[in-house]
Amino acid sequence: MDSIIEGFLKAFSLIYNLNQELLGIIFLSLKVSGIALIISSIIGVPAGTIIGLRKFPGRGFIISLLNTFMGLPPVVVGLFLYLILSRSGPLGFMGLLYTPSAMVTAQTILALPIVASLCHSAIVTVDPIIGQAAITLGATPYQKAITIINEARYGILSGIIAGFGRVMAEVGAILIVGGNIAGYTRVMTTTIALETDKGNFELALALGIILLTLSLIINVVLHLFQKKGMISE
Amino acid sequence: MSLRLTVSNISKNYNGKPVLRDCSFSFDSSGIYVLMGPNGSGKSTFLRICALLECPDSGEVNFSSGSNIVRKDTELRRRISLVLPKIGLFNTTVFKNVAYGLKIRGMKKKEIEERVDKALELVGLIHKKNHTALTLSSGETQRLGIARAMVIEPEILFLDEPTASLDPHSTTIIEEAITKLKGNNRLTIIMVTHNIFQAQRLADMVLFMYDGRIVDHGPNKEFFEKPKDERAYRFITGQMVY
Repeated sequence: MDSIIEGFLKAFSLIYNLNQELLGIIFLSLKVSGIALIISSIIGVPAGTIIGLRKFPGRGFIISLLNTFMGLPPVVVGLFLYLILSRSGPLGFMGLLYTPSAMVTAQTILALPIVASLCHSAIVTVDPIIGQAAITLGATPYQKAITIINEARYGILSGIIAGFGRVMAEVGAILIVGGNIAGYTRVMTTTIALETDKGNFELALALGIILLTLSLIINVVLHLFQKKGMISE
Repeated sequence: MSLRLTVSNISKNYNGKPVLRDCSFSFDSSGIYVLMGPNGSGKSTFLRICALLECPDSGEVNFSSGSNIVRKDTELRRRISLVLPKIGLFNTTVFKNVAYGLKIRGMKKKEIEERVDKALELVGLIHKKNHTALTLSSGETQRLGIARAMVIEPEILFLDEPTASLDPHSTTIIEEAITKLKGNNRLTIIMVTHNIFQAQRLADMVLFMYDGRIVDHGPNKEFFEKPKDERAYRFITGQMVY
């Protein structure tokens, strides 16, 4: 018990003193996850919107595929990406293995189905009467689509936040393709895994506290947005 | 030139069941046309087809301005408006709901504000301008729906049961708003109701539908005093069981 308390105290000390190694790890984590989230949102939100708004052959199959990929095991993604990016792999010439770019790619693959699928769900749950109302008021098909997206905004936001939660907590894939190189590809989750293995709990705990705090902040923000939406309803 | 609507031989089936059978009518003057008839007679389907929200299986819906047929594109859609029984409010303020139709037409902010305020005053909702639309009561929601449609100053306004299940106060406000709109000589209102008294109060012309067909029509007084069709007579005298 004493060692746990001591671990917490040292962890708070690291945070309080703005330890440079700690800051570097946090910054890289936010950068990698942030870029992955931006890319998956740029692709996922329009993709989920189109799947939600349009009827086309194979739509049902794509929806099933997206729902399946929401539960992709990170280590499997890491393994496939490793095989593709390794020197003997089809994209080995790009030299991306063990770089932050490879980590961004892995996290994008993991977040994309979540963002697209939840965005699709948000769009299809908008009452069809909204689209009809827009048309009866003179909206063009494009304006009608924008109106539906606007109505689904809280659901779309939930999808993006869920995607962020997925990438921030991810460890398996980025450990395989990033390699956990200190000062280059070491992020919060991989550091926690490594430091725990080494029995160095202070840094691991400090990062764990920061991860939890970030998660709390994100969830509070989401809750505030949703609460605002619910009050409106 | 104001917009005129002509419906020629339209039919519509839902899952093989005929809902409209060979309906024709020419709405060739402004004023209030009231579509009446028992439940399932095809009134709402007829209205939705006229308002270009649905396509008929056969027959034609044509809009004309003077002697010219108007193309059924977004420009035409912007000259007509439909208020559905379920309004479909946007999750935003009352003001923004009413401003929607003007905003998508690229109107300037100042003009939008003036027109929205005027429309909200007409339906008695100016004091709720900044309220969230989804918190309104059903009567207020219906009034908002009418304000949202009339603010765009359509040439033909379609109303599908605008006062169904509303309290007398809300019904009166909506009827007063419709009567005020009637003052605009360019406007044609085509309205569905099965409230006989409301039809008597508002209609210039009454169309009676039965089993997917327009079986009787005529000016208000003539229709209610001397209906030509026996089913229309039974309906307005309360003898029709449906």
